[in-house]
Amino acid sequence: MKYSGKIEEKVFKILMVIATYSILAVLAIIIYSIFAKGIKALSWEILSQVPQGGYYYGKGGGILNAILGSLSLAFGATLLAFIVGLPVALYINVFLVRRKKLITLFRFILDLVWGIPSIVYGAFGFSMMILLGLQTSLLAGMLTVTLFILPIMIRSMDEILQTVPIGLSEATYSLGANKSELAFKIFTRQTVSGIITAILLSFGRAIGDAASVLFTAGYTDNLPNSLMEPVATLPLSIFFQLSSPVPAVQDRAYASALVLTLIILLVSLFSRGLGKRYHKTKINF
Amino acid sequence: MYLLNRIQRHRVNYTWMIVSLLLVASLPFLLFLGLYLKSFLLIHDYHLGDLLFSKVWKPGSGKFGFYPFIVGSIWVTLLAMLISAPICLLTAIYVTQYTRKRFLRIMHPAIDILAGIPSVVYGVWGILVIVPFISRFVGPLFGVQTLGYSILAAALVLSVMVIPFILNILIEVFRTIPVELKEASLSLGATQWQTVKSVLVKKALPGIIAAYGFGLARAFGETMAVLMVVGNVVKLPKSVFDPGYTLPALIANNYGEMLSIPKYESALMFAALILLAVSLFFNLVMHFFIDRYNKFSA
Repeated sequence: MKYSGKIEEKVFKILMVIATYSILAVLAIIIYSIFAKGIKALSWEILSQVPQGGYYYGKGGGILNAILGSLSLAFGATLLAFIVGLPVALYINVFLVRRKKLITLFRFILDLVWGIPSIVYGAFGFSMMILLGLQTSLLAGMLTVTLFILPIMIRSMDEILQTVPIGLSEATYSLGANKSELAFKIFTRQTVSGIITAILLSFGRAIGDAASVLFTAGYTDNLPNSLMEPVATLPLSIFFQLSSPVPAVQDRAYASALVLTLIILLVSLFSRGLGKRYHKTKINF
Repeated sequence: MYLLNRIQRHRVNYTWMIVSLLLVASLPFLLFLGLYLKSFLLIHDYHLGDLLFSKVWKPGSGKFGFYPFIVGSIWVTLLAMLISAPICLLTAIYVTQYTRKRFLRIMHPAIDILAGIPSVVYGVWGILVIVPFISRFVGPLFGVQTLGYSILAAALVLSVMVIPFILNILIEVFRTIPVELKEASLSLGATQWQTVKSVLVKKALPGIIAAYGFGLARAFGETMAVLMVVGNVVKLPKSVFDPGYTLPALIANNYGEMLSIPKYESALMFAALILLAVSLFFNLVMHFFIDRYNKFSA
């Protein structure tokens, strides 16, 4: 009895080690395979040019249209989500701080919205677009992605705003400030690093998602120049190039995947670095 | 210095907050309503049971049977969960109970990166690694001829994608179990593994189930990565080596042609509505589950 227990413990411990390291190994394999395959096809031409004639049959050009398109779309969507998201997160944590039931309700709704798959946002965005008489465009894509990253933005800000100690609010009130001053002047400053992390997290999500822009942003070989025109995005350019039968075009898809991965890694690196930096304005208790 | 005085600024800020809050809070209802109205054309003309359980998918002749897609989605999702559920549980126990805190500091960035990789990149990885792996090794191992684009490939890719999501929740669950519980068990002479097995896992069970539920809902709606490796063949899969088709892939693949056939758009919006309903349902149930559990344990 005792002996078998020991064997059981040993077996499970080995299984646990295997499980843990297999996760790390899979991550390494993913990064390695994307890098190894992508680096071969990566060139200055791909990064700096838009697709030339016959690009999708293996002729010259690059994916600058998709890179700039993705950046502008993600940037716009993150900005919009910030404008709508920050006040919501602040409202929950400053105005509703004594109404526990309402807080729970709103957090619950946000979690629900967070769980909705991005393709559903894409389909919804598409039907709204038709309703409003819009074409596939940067604006439509931006609005759809905004809806998609909004819950992510709010919930991550909410997590950090919860950590602001009650003493800080009391001190602020005692100096005669009103609630919105407390929210926008004190809470935001106390949590700058967390808010930046939330913004970068949302930006990463916005730039990497394909399913929500598939219907709404369209695709074009031109650089983005107007809100009302279609725009190319990196995930979709990877997807389209990969479905080509021409090997040279497929290789470019791998290079594009590498570019997207690098952008994502850079963003996550930034958010780690920046989080440590902005501690100056923070009051420690 | 300011255009408005303090009180006016407060009012502006307050309005801004309320408007944003209402917008966000109404989002799930707006989504549901929008998709319902769009798919009304289809729901109105067909029997709901026929739509969900008919096997014939011929939009050209007005036959919309979602059964192959629903079955494909369920296969892929369940298989993915079957793979990642034990791995996540074992890893969560290992990093919270058996290793030092420092190890978590390596694990957390790794989980974050896994969570941050876009689904298209997962799809590329699936095509580069998983699909050849299945067609060259796993298929022959079971004596099956397969191209590699299959239910199994989609499930494998998906299982990696949901790992960071489930693992994060599980680690949180195990970390919030009071340490006294563990100490009491150890002081009574139980070994570490006995403590884990009969105290910690028992205590964490509702949290574990909830983590799996959230992961399942996540996996069900995943689009691009699955679309790229699942094969996209409309038929009922007989084995995991068969190609399949999932609901999200259906929507994503046909957005181009949907405007040319009557009711096609409506049908795709109906697929989105199913996804939305499944996602909302799972998340609702899991939330109530956690709430009940929190009430009892407190």
